[in-house]
Amino acid sequence: MKLRGRILDVACLNRFTRVVTTISKLTKVCVLRLTPDNLFFVLSGKVANGGIGMWCELSQANVFDEYQMEGVSSEDNEICLEVTPENLSRALKTVQSAKAVKVKLTKKHCPCLTIAAELPTMSSTSRVVTHDVPVDIVPRRLWHEFKEPSMPDFHVSVYLPPLKTMKNVVDRMKNLSNFLVMEANLIGEMNLKIETDLVSVTTHFKDLGNPPWGDDASQDGGPSHSREPEAMVQARVDIRKLQQFLMGQQVNPSKAMCNIVHERVVHLILLHEDVSLQYFIPAVA
Amino acid sequence: MDCVVTGGNVKVLAKAIHSLSRIGDELYVEPQEDGLALRSVNSSRSAYACFLFAPLFFSRYTIPSGHTFRCKIAIKSVQAVFRSLATLEKTVEKCHIELDEQKNHLTFTLHCKHGLMKTHNLSFQDSESLQAVFDKDSYANVFRSHPRLLVDTVVHFPPSLEEVTVSVSDERMWVRNHVEEEADQSKAMLTELCLASDEFDHFAVQAHNSVTFCLKELRGLLVFAESTGLPISMYFDEPGSPIVLSVTDSVLEGNFVLATLSDDHNHRKNNTKRECTLPPPPPDDFMNDDIDAYLIAMDTSIAPGPSATCLSTPPVADSICSKQSAAANHRTRLHSEEEEEEEEEEYETADSGRPPNKKFCSLFFGSVLSPSSQMTTQPVTSQEVLASDSEDDVQ
Repeated sequence: MKLRGRILDVACLNRFTRVVTTISKLTKVCVLRLTPDNLFFVLSGKVANGGIGMWCELSQANVFDEYQMEGVSSEDNEICLEVTPENLSRALKTVQSAKAVKVKLTKKHCPCLTIAAELPTMSSTSRVVTHDVPVDIVPRRLWHEFKEPSMPDFHVSVYLPPLKTMKNVVDRMKNLSNFLVMEANLIGEMNLKIETDLVSVTTHFKDLGNPPWGDDASQDGGPSHSREPEAMVQARVDIRKLQQFLMGQQVNPSKAMCNIVHERVVHLILLHEDVSLQYFIPAVA
Repeated sequence: MDCVVTGGNVKVLAKAIHSLSRIGDELYVEPQEDGLALRSVNSSRSAYACFLFAPLFFSRYTIPSGHTFRCKIAIKSVQAVFRSLATLEKTVEKCHIELDEQKNHLTFTLHCKHGLMKTHNLSFQDSESLQAVFDKDSYANVFRSHPRLLVDTVVHFPPSLEEVTVSVSDERMWVRNHVEEEADQSKAMLTELCLASDEFDHFAVQAHNSVTFCLKELRGLLVFAESTGLPISMYFDEPGSPIVLSVTDSVLEGNFVLATLSDDHNHRKNNTKRECTLPPPPPDDFMNDDIDAYLIAMDTSIAPGPSATCLSTPPVADSICSKQSAAANHRTRLHSEEEEEEEEEEYETADSGRPPNKKFCSLFFGSVLSPSSQMTTQPVTSQEVLASDSEDDVQ
């Protein structure tokens, strides 16, 4: 297994750092998959993670100027590592001013992702900083847990309102209840509702628009045609999980969508340039 | 005691107090002939800081005549006087510090604009003398740099990081985080920064050593130095002897003394990049806490203070004190800086003529200071290790 990459473009470094920082705010530990073309940050939707699933994909060419990767074997030409994204984020944040950043898979006291950079200084010699981020190699027999999740059979897909607005609403609702109901319909309306014994609060969003998935985007017939366009499809989720998702966003997405499977799962999709982030929040009773 | 600080110096005084608050909970105040000394030490005695403000720093400086006065005040109370630096700058014209020995009060009066006066009466406690033993001019390695260099270095480490290891060779300095052996090594992130000698204003290495110390307590000095723009000088010797960081200008001198891990604990694996080598680590059979390894030699003798203490007033640093102090007992000597224009005066708390005082001894310490070593800057050639007489358990 070998990995050597160099990031030379400041903008790419900046963007990569922000993606990693976003991931670090969503989860403490995740799996990093490296293939010849892509990088994936994956959280499998296991009970241990509270049922949360995450899939973040970016193309390696938009991060690295030089990239050499040799996977576990020629048939399984990929590297799968378990990493604490916060460490990676911290390391990357300190090297933002560097002319070049090297990323290597190394073996120090344990397998590590080493981030090394030369920082510019006032003097002739540059300052060299090295961060060794410990990682765990994920064995091949477990790779099936970290495959790209299939698009669920959603009932409604809707574009999200501005994330900042959503975050403000959810932050305040969190003070009143632990659970929030997200509902949306086929005419671009979305509601965020909380209900307690004493009070219920609903925030209505209109004219959001529905993404045109078409028949090929979803399996099994897609949105139910027999459903009334105004009928709301809903899922009740743990409000903290939604809040965590909204708090972590560092990159302003160019597209933000939400697919709801009635009373099953909320599937959030954010797209920005070549970076896509999918986040699955299971519904609770 | 009667001192007045005017204008911009009020803010400097405030900043010094805030940086001392990062060390310990109490501020030790001692008006001396060569200036006002403000000191602080942490509870484990592994970090000590002292700011000495020369008489010229003040527009009026009068000290109690006839007797030495020392006291300690809860540092939070003093910080409350100088709480908002921005406000101080804008509104405070002068600060008057007066001692009221009858009431055991130290009165801080802030004379502000528009005739406003804020008076704070802070009660103090008598205190022992607090001076750390260190002889930075004898240390093998000396560096000086603009504070920005150290601030930029420290930013690579998380605020929660406890310990860093600094290693030097002739041309380079490496700073890396120190990971305890007991901690889960495989999960710890390691960061290392390499600085070249030409980033420093002064870089003199005589011994390729590696010292490990607590970073947290240092941050107070960094904030002070950066805001005042004063260059920071760094002195260190072998592992076990403290690392000293100083800032000086014509009217003030600040010294931060941090204990370093002694050699026995330096198990850190050699980084192949470094040119210097550590001595082979001895087997780790010590059951001691790291805190002990961090102790700095301190003198905590009781001063013949103004208020009536039950003790007879013994000569300072007599062996009586050593029985009382729970912490380490050492004789101390504070060496002033030669480079500065300040008055040079050596404060000897013990003369060589006296019979040897109790020396601090610990099996866990590499060295014990014998009387003769304190008079010279030569390395100690022979040392005697005695069993500790004090009651505290050094474990």
